[in-house]
Amino acid sequence: MNVSNKYEVVIGLEVHAQLLTKTKAYSSDENIYGATPNTKTSVITLGHPGTLPKANKKVIEYAVKLGVAVGAKIRERNEYARKNYFYADLPKGYQITQDKTPICSGGTIEIKDDNGKMKEIKLTRIHMEEDAGKSIHDLDPFNTLIDLNRAGVPLVEVVSEPDIRSANQAYNYINEVRKLVRYLEICDGNMEEGSLRCDANISVRLKGAKEFGTKVEVKNMNSTRNVKKAIEFEVKRQIALLENGEKIKHETRSFNAANNSTISMRHKEEANDYRYFPEPDLQPVIITQNYIEKVKKALPPLPKELFQKFTKEFDLSDYDANILVDEKGIALYFNSLCNCTKNYKMAANFVMGSVKSYLNETATDIADFTILPERLAQLITLVDSGKVSNTLATSKVFAAMLKSNDSADKIATKNNWIQESDSSALSEFIRQAIVKYPEKVEEYKNGKKGLIGLFMGEVMKLSKGKADPKLCNQMLREILDK
Amino acid sequence: MKITDKLIKEISALAKLEFDEKSAELMKADLEKIIGFVDKLSEIDTEGVEPLIYLNEEVNILREDKIKAVITQLDALKNAPQKDSDYFKVPTVLKK
Repeated sequence: MNVSNKYEVVIGLEVHAQLLTKTKAYSSDENIYGATPNTKTSVITLGHPGTLPKANKKVIEYAVKLGVAVGAKIRERNEYARKNYFYADLPKGYQITQDKTPICSGGTIEIKDDNGKMKEIKLTRIHMEEDAGKSIHDLDPFNTLIDLNRAGVPLVEVVSEPDIRSANQAYNYINEVRKLVRYLEICDGNMEEGSLRCDANISVRLKGAKEFGTKVEVKNMNSTRNVKKAIEFEVKRQIALLENGEKIKHETRSFNAANNSTISMRHKEEANDYRYFPEPDLQPVIITQNYIEKVKKALPPLPKELFQKFTKEFDLSDYDANILVDEKGIALYFNSLCNCTKNYKMAANFVMGSVKSYLNETATDIADFTILPERLAQLITLVDSGKVSNTLATSKVFAAMLKSNDSADKIATKNNWIQESDSSALSEFIRQAIVKYPEKVEEYKNGKKGLIGLFMGEVMKLSKGKADPKLCNQMLREILDK
Repeated sequence: MKITDKLIKEISALAKLEFDEKSAELMKADLEKIIGFVDKLSEIDTEGVEPLIYLNEEVNILREDKIKAVITQLDALKNAPQKDSDYFKVPTVLKK
């Protein structure tokens, strides 16, 4: 038996999401990624003496938005706290965060478990805080360089309960969180640029054990795939240690993407006392029930709601629905498309096929896509009614619609793409096809029924793909089987 | 309150300060005096009194999300003891 089957994996994730506000959390300098170093700061950000922070309204709104979306309880009286530590990229010597009064408590994120079933991951809390500046260690051999553009950028930290049981579940969880913050438009979810970051608390224990094992915190995983890889490595490492009779050290480890391993950063028992105390420079923030209701009303459709709608109302498979809800723009496009057509399955195929591949190939955003749902619905109607073949619709009409504002019907008519369902025209093509291959007709009559494909192909060629395949097949058989 | 060697070590680590043994002894004596002085406050009965955190009772002092107070890169770096044209410079943090 595989030793890893003896153990149960226990994971809790802490996700930091940078909020898409224009300005920083407690000062009015710009919050923007990728600017020239140290050009987006203020005296508050730099921690100059005598300066006072002032909280950004939008940060509260975004945190409440997220809280409402995950079904968390929103705290009425919010206070800020100082978390004290010395580091060169933290100018004030403390981070303004929330300690005992997080803005949200509870709530859940739904993920797929290892058997594809839905599983609720409980959230402990969501709180507001500020980001630190950026330390650059590899530009100068003798110094660490500090860029404080990021200092003071608003964050929400989403802390999960230790409910996650595998690397795969962690991967699904982080993807769900990412999808959610992108739907809410409170964070761009870009893990490579660090606007969404994830720390994992990982431990293992014998199956059936009541107590948790010693946990190890892993940092620096800058993609969802790396979260998975880091956890896979860490679980193996911890099980190997336990199997060897060794103890797990309570420590922080860093993921090394070069060889998919983790290395020790610091031991937790060393001085790590943040001496939290209330931040007296920021007055408490009161969030009324009225305010929460207002945010709730303005909430966009959420991915899990759209998934429900697509599977239940539109009768799509879980697989299709998942692809469609993955990106908000695509999901909403599909949703509007389904207001204009009742052929949901064909609508899904068009969006997942022609539309998505066009957007990918041309790196176009769905917001800039020129074929509006109403026009695409016309094309679906054409195919649905048998006027245009599916092949011509996807290969020709769709492409022509991209270049013109005409209706699908007009384009198909103008280009002579309307399917040949006129039996007299079809008979002429069939006659030509049969005359062309007299010996094949003999073979067919002698039992080689598969040759019907050859005649079909010939008719299609003669009709430039416009022959209605069903009718053509039927007429061919009638003539050949005589 | 008795200041132990262990406590001195912990506090100096958090404050990122280093002492030789002689200064540590002086620091210990000073700290004991300071804490003894502040400890006077514990003599007052504060049972049932909420801690005072804010000096007024205002709430929801918030600002609009509008860009205002930006300073130039030159000004930002002006007071730094060590810098180059773009960055603050500090002694290497990560040991490789």
